Amino acid sequence: MYKYDNYDQEMVYTRVAEFRDQVERRIAGKLTEDQFKPLRLMNGLYLQLHAYMLRVAVPYGTLNSEQMRMLAHIARKYDRDYGHFTTRQNIQYNWIKLEDAPDILADLATVEMHAIQTSGNCIRNISSDQYAGAAADELVDPRPYAELLRQWSSFHPEFSFLPRKFKFAVIASDEDRAAMRLHDIGIQMVEQDGAIGARYYAGGGMGRTPMIGPLIRDFVPVADLVSYAEAILRVYNRYGRRDNKYKARIKILVHEMGAEKFIEEVEAEFAHLQGQNIDAPAAELERIKGYFEDPAFETGLSDEIDRSDPDFAVWLDQNVHTHKQPGYAIAVISLKPTGGIPGDASSAQMELMADLAERYSFDECRVTHSQNIVLPHVRKQDLHAIWQKLVEAEFASPNLDLISDIIACPGLDYCSLANARSIPVAQKIAQRFKEIDRQKELGELKLKISGCINACGHHHAGHIGILGVDRKGTENYQLLLGGSGAEDVSLAKITGPGFDEDGIVDAVEKVTDVYVAEREDGERFLDTYRRVGMDRFKEALYG
Amino acid sequence: MDNLLRFRDDEAHEEPAVTLDGFLDQSNATAVRLEDGEDARQLLPFLDRLALIEIGFSAFGDGRGYSAARILREHGFDGEIRAQGDVLIDQIAFMRRCGFDSFSPETPLDPGDAEKALARWNHVYQHAADDRQPIWNKRHGQ
Repeated sequence: MYKYDNYDQEMVYTRVAEFRDQVERRIAGKLTEDQFKPLRLMNGLYLQLHAYMLRVAVPYGTLNSEQMRMLAHIARKYDRDYGHFTTRQNIQYNWIKLEDAPDILADLATVEMHAIQTSGNCIRNISSDQYAGAAADELVDPRPYAELLRQWSSFHPEFSFLPRKFKFAVIASDEDRAAMRLHDIGIQMVEQDGAIGARYYAGGGMGRTPMIGPLIRDFVPVADLVSYAEAILRVYNRYGRRDNKYKARIKILVHEMGAEKFIEEVEAEFAHLQGQNIDAPAAELERIKGYFEDPAFETGLSDEIDRSDPDFAVWLDQNVHTHKQPGYAIAVISLKPTGGIPGDASSAQMELMADLAERYSFDECRVTHSQNIVLPHVRKQDLHAIWQKLVEAEFASPNLDLISDIIACPGLDYCSLANARSIPVAQKIAQRFKEIDRQKELGELKLKISGCINACGHHHAGHIGILGVDRKGTENYQLLLGGSGAEDVSLAKITGPGFDEDGIVDAVEKVTDVYVAEREDGERFLDTYRRVGMDRFKEALYG
Repeated sequence: MDNLLRFRDDEAHEEPAVTLDGFLDQSNATAVRLEDGEDARQLLPFLDRLALIEIGFSAFGDGRGYSAARILREHGFDGEIRAQGDVLIDQIAFMRRCGFDSFSPETPLDPGDAEKALARWNHVYQHAADDRQPIWNKRHGQ
């Protein structure tokens, strides 16, 4: 994985010093809260319902064991002994004191980590495929391109006061594991005439007005990767709406301007930027790629796995993914135990994950946008040992991509924007479907819960989505069906009137009953929904 | 003008800046002011005769002026570009990188704080309107 050189390290230390100075000026009254707010936001510090929340960047979701141990240390020393892995492959801490924040950033900097641009109206941490460098189906490892964009976008002088936040995702396989087209800019690395380039999408997003990003350019040569991004950002910075923060994302600009006119503007700006020396020298991409070369895989390993332990076989079938290298596998640690809080991990669990990554996965782990942790490079012969350690720690939920592998935002338990709680609903649904055989019978089923229309829980992209709203002072939950954040991207549709907290759990069960009754061979829930349509489900819900 | 912080060797321009519309109408002015969101590219035919382009910031969070300044520099403008309005200490380093070379903030900046803010970053990651070499050029001896 990427390793800082002296330049990167100095940039992070400088940021720590700058933020310490800003906090001091705030405490001394030289900065008003209004003036301080965008500064703390650009350092990942939010003021939530009960305390400050600090969001730490995990670039493209990749961590080594030392970094994971530091995350555990921060949870233990500065928070309530846990952290929350997010849908942007980051981690956030919910109980931070303002005066501790500079020290936390200083601790993070010692392991090449930071909270730069994890919030605020700037280019956020860049996300990627959690199986990058390990998946059998990828064209190239997308992370070197993400790293190049990370550097370019860090402390960007022109794009630090955008109309609104700006999120990139970079992938390099046809299977989309990063909800790429639901980002402000989505990039798929592709091949054309033997050369690698970037397919650019722009104007996707969730939130109040979900949009699937249209194709902006089919192929941008790697040499122009950065200047093309610069052109899009400049068009957005100049023309994106600033009169209404709910209409300020690039998706609204692309929609209101029309994709064709938007592309025209971008191409004109891109043409102007040629010759402005925006892109990195070719040697820089090569230097970065050097950090993402395959680890020293052993050859001649067996692909046989002893399945005689039935509980292990269940976990194996559900949580282990195909690796590009014979004898290896990708193992996923579920952060979705029945009754738990989706995405939360205690410091002890983080340390266990760090130990497993160090011992079994070439010192690497990944955060997924669905809030789980990946051990990307595991020998198949070690899977049983890993599983046993997870079982001992009660950390071996075999539910990846099943109905209890729920994405949920923090909701009204933490968030100052929320209208309704998300976590208790996730817990009740997981409880209702707690029998793993029943979950497996329902197959791949992506259930996503947001506690307000800002959609941090990705409900628009759920095969089943749940949206919490406030209805005359009580929490009410709308049900949505048919969304997908994958390569078959689609936006979920609302079924009809909402439900109360217990009612929504019943409603989820009813739609899964419809699926079981209607499905044809091999169909997932989503496929059956797309074939039979909404009405059949509505009948069961409201009939 | 008491609040003016200037990073140029030439004499400060005396003529008051006219509005963009006023400038496009009479156009013998040598100083013009762009409000948030006014299109800097409308000035491109006249850059030779302009000595000062003032860019207004009605609110520090409105970042359109950063693009305006950079576009002017990318088209070779070497007169003064002044940031006026809600201009704060924590913005001026970015503004310098985008081509601003004078600041006329509504609330005076503490000169010590300003000096510290401008001196803070030894390196930068990306090319902008100043002549600083991005880190990726330094890495490869460029």
